[in-house]
Amino acid sequence: MEPVIFEERKTQIHRKGAEPFSISCNKSSLAGAVSQRACVFCGSRVVLYPIADALHLVHGPIGCAVYTWDIRGALSSGPELHRLSFSTDLREKDVIFGGEKKLYQALVELIDRHQPNAAFVYSTCIVGIIGDDLKAVCKKVEAEKGIPVIPVQSEGFKGNKREGYLAACEAMFQLVGTGDTSTISPLSVNILGDFNLAGEIWIIQDYLKRMGVDVVANITGDGRVADVRRAHGAALNLVQCSGATMDLAKMMQEKYGIPFIRVSYFGIEDMSDALYDVAKFFQDKDPEIMARTQELVREELTALYPKLQELRKDLEGKKAAIYVGGAFKAFSLIKSFRHLGMNVVMVGSQTGTEEDYQELAEITDEGTIIVDDTNPLELSAFIKEKDVDIFVGGVKERPIAFKLGVGFCDHNHERKEALEGFLGMYNFAKEVHATVTSPVWNFTPRRRKSPIAVNHAQEACLS
Amino acid sequence: MKKAEPFVSTTNACKMCTPLGAAMAFKGLEGCVPFLHGSQGCATYMRRYIISHFREPMDIASSSLGEKDAVYGGKANLMQGLLNVIGKYKAPAVGIATTCLTETIGDDVPTILHEFKKECLAELNGDMPALIHCSTPSYGGSHMEGFHAAVRAMVAQLADPATEKHGGINLFSGFISPEDIRHLQDVFAHFGLPVALLPDYSETLDGPALEDYQNIPGGGTPLDAVRAMPGAGASIEFGRTIKPERSAGAVLRDKYGVPLYSLGLPIGLRESDALFTTLETLAGCAAPRRCALERGRLLDAMVDGHKYVAGKKAVIYGEEDMAVGLTSFLSEIGVKPVLVASGGESGLLSEAVAAVTGEFPGDPPLVRDGVDFYQIVAEAEALEPDLVVGNSKGYRELARAHDIPLIRVGFPIHDRFGSQRVLHLGYRGALNLYDLIVNALIEKKQDDSPVGYGYI
Repeated sequence: MEPVIFEERKTQIHRKGAEPFSISCNKSSLAGAVSQRACVFCGSRVVLYPIADALHLVHGPIGCAVYTWDIRGALSSGPELHRLSFSTDLREKDVIFGGEKKLYQALVELIDRHQPNAAFVYSTCIVGIIGDDLKAVCKKVEAEKGIPVIPVQSEGFKGNKREGYLAACEAMFQLVGTGDTSTISPLSVNILGDFNLAGEIWIIQDYLKRMGVDVVANITGDGRVADVRRAHGAALNLVQCSGATMDLAKMMQEKYGIPFIRVSYFGIEDMSDALYDVAKFFQDKDPEIMARTQELVREELTALYPKLQELRKDLEGKKAAIYVGGAFKAFSLIKSFRHLGMNVVMVGSQTGTEEDYQELAEITDEGTIIVDDTNPLELSAFIKEKDVDIFVGGVKERPIAFKLGVGFCDHNHERKEALEGFLGMYNFAKEVHATVTSPVWNFTPRRRKSPIAVNHAQEACLS
Repeated sequence: MKKAEPFVSTTNACKMCTPLGAAMAFKGLEGCVPFLHGSQGCATYMRRYIISHFREPMDIASSSLGEKDAVYGGKANLMQGLLNVIGKYKAPAVGIATTCLTETIGDDVPTILHEFKKECLAELNGDMPALIHCSTPSYGGSHMEGFHAAVRAMVAQLADPATEKHGGINLFSGFISPEDIRHLQDVFAHFGLPVALLPDYSETLDGPALEDYQNIPGGGTPLDAVRAMPGAGASIEFGRTIKPERSAGAVLRDKYGVPLYSLGLPIGLRESDALFTTLETLAGCAAPRRCALERGRLLDAMVDGHKYVAGKKAVIYGEEDMAVGLTSFLSEIGVKPVLVASGGESGLLSEAVAAVTGEFPGDPPLVRDGVDFYQIVAEAEALEPDLVVGNSKGYRELARAHDIPLIRVGFPIHDRFGSQRVLHLGYRGALNLYDLIVNALIEKKQDDSPVGYGYI
């Protein structure tokens, strides 16, 4: 068989144990390689999207808005303006004569109609080319309408998703510092990098509440403009995810002196560590907090552990492959699979950094394939080579698993199951169990020869 | 016709962008890998969107332009990307569609491809795949313009003028479901008519479980079948809103003299009759008994069920041709179409709707083209429909918000299972739609009733 790995991509794949650690990453995707990555616009859009009382206007032709309409399962406890898709729907004449006038009119029209608390205006490829002055239009509308109107410099071709994250953070940073912080508790945090998929942020908020910690702003799941504006009043930033909101945390540290800690709410250890780290941070101010936190974790684990053991019986020794957007999530997933008695044999991400991959190499077993910015050809080859039982990814990866007769867990932003927290660990285990133990794999052609096979069939029976 | 209130902004668009349609059409050519010349995001977004409907792999390559390329031109990336795709996928064909980025920076794709063929032939060991290209700036229409542009490009660029005459029929069947494609092929087989149906994604986007992963899924219209299209006895093209300059059938008629039968998408009784009588003419014999029986069963069901649907009001939206066909069918069964809406802007929608509703009494439906779901919902509220027929994008704001049953048809269907297998076309497709509609109305009545009727 022909090798499936492009010569240019060889350095983006590492096999643990076969060679000393080295991987190249954070490169532009190889043309023609069918990368699973999206673009700068995508990065900005997914980060800002869950701010539910803001208007999100995509300035560009219709596609960019259509494909991101209600794309995330980011829930809101109140307004749901974020679930609508707004576009300036640029046409040929706009491209020739410029889209500024149309943008102005669209903004005014939509702000009048929906009365949002802020507006984000996303720049797309075409806007970068025709040179519309987004900032000027936003400034003008902001003055007229009296709400923040913030340009997001997210021209699609300007890099990969990471640049989009940065553009989103820069946009949000314009809001931070503009609200009143006088009533904020000294035991308070902002939750950064959680998007409230399937209500996950509410699980985390509940834990923090039980610990006695207030949440000032959710950034951005179930997010509100007013909360972001007063986020600089929090004592600590909790940053989840591989970098979507890291830039914002750094900006807030620099300007407002707010420290941040990196956390993950996936899996038992990482969830517990996150809560303990918060408790440690506040124990000078509240000496009881550590005891309360320990009690909370004990309570949750006592309920969770027997349920996991039950599921583990059927999963012991099974093999998993992981391909996710950000590498940070992969760390937690590897640990979670260990709790289920399963081994991770392939792990990769769209936007991991060298340090991320180094850490992955340290915590995985010998022989594990570590890969940056991969594609369907490589993924299918790795899954076959390692003969995995489950593949964890997003919608684009799902058919690759299913076509190979392999179980699948959606761990991307479309999912409808909460996977964070101790509850999420149970949901995750249940989902893994449901797919891995399904009887359908007994019949897929890779496992059992079909009595009636497509390959040998003719159009009609010959008489 | 009343004009919908003109808004500057678009909210919840009732259309997709042109390159998506082109990628869909290219997916229906055997061995063809769709390739978007633009930034990486376009290909990835469209893949996700299409995968969510079909639940099948949908590889779309991209030239992955970066900032430098946007300034200096995308030629190098396009050529490198093509080499990569051809090398790894061993693709016998690549369908290249432009995007708004490359159209605006002015990349001359035909010239670049010409150079590619010259410069890279040796590198590919003399084995140059078919390279088909079409121009699809996403500010130049909806996904349907892209779809038709790609179909037309495949025909115009692959057709071999030296083809000898043969008795086959070319069928340009439009943006329909894989199940529709399979049904059409069966119908042609029963008529004994060899057919070259383009694009045929019935297998590429609804494939079987196989032993191994297919880098390029099997199926698709064979390249040779497209090459041989000038020799066909006739072409049939579905779609009352295809402009002549976008028609693939018109290329073959004007250039090679292949007679063209332009029909509506065969949804419902009359539009299917138009297809089957055309097939009778082409085959020179009466429709096979099984087809006649299907028509008879459809009519029988229309009689059995007429009181469940009588006088119900329906809102229909989606691609223009799909909307016209559905409107035609709903009118036939006694449902009153009150609003026919589309994000498309061919300019031919109201004329086409009038043609299929004219013979029935009462006011014709409101026809709205170039509208979004904000406008559709606003119009629909005053019309108090009993039924909504369209893709799944009208669910939340229209059907759910007003507690109206939604019959999911067309593309995309992102919130139901089995979207590939919805049959819309022919007598059999009409019967399938009829069952769905009647049962949705019965279910609504049953759910709304305190009695809990066990017989309806």
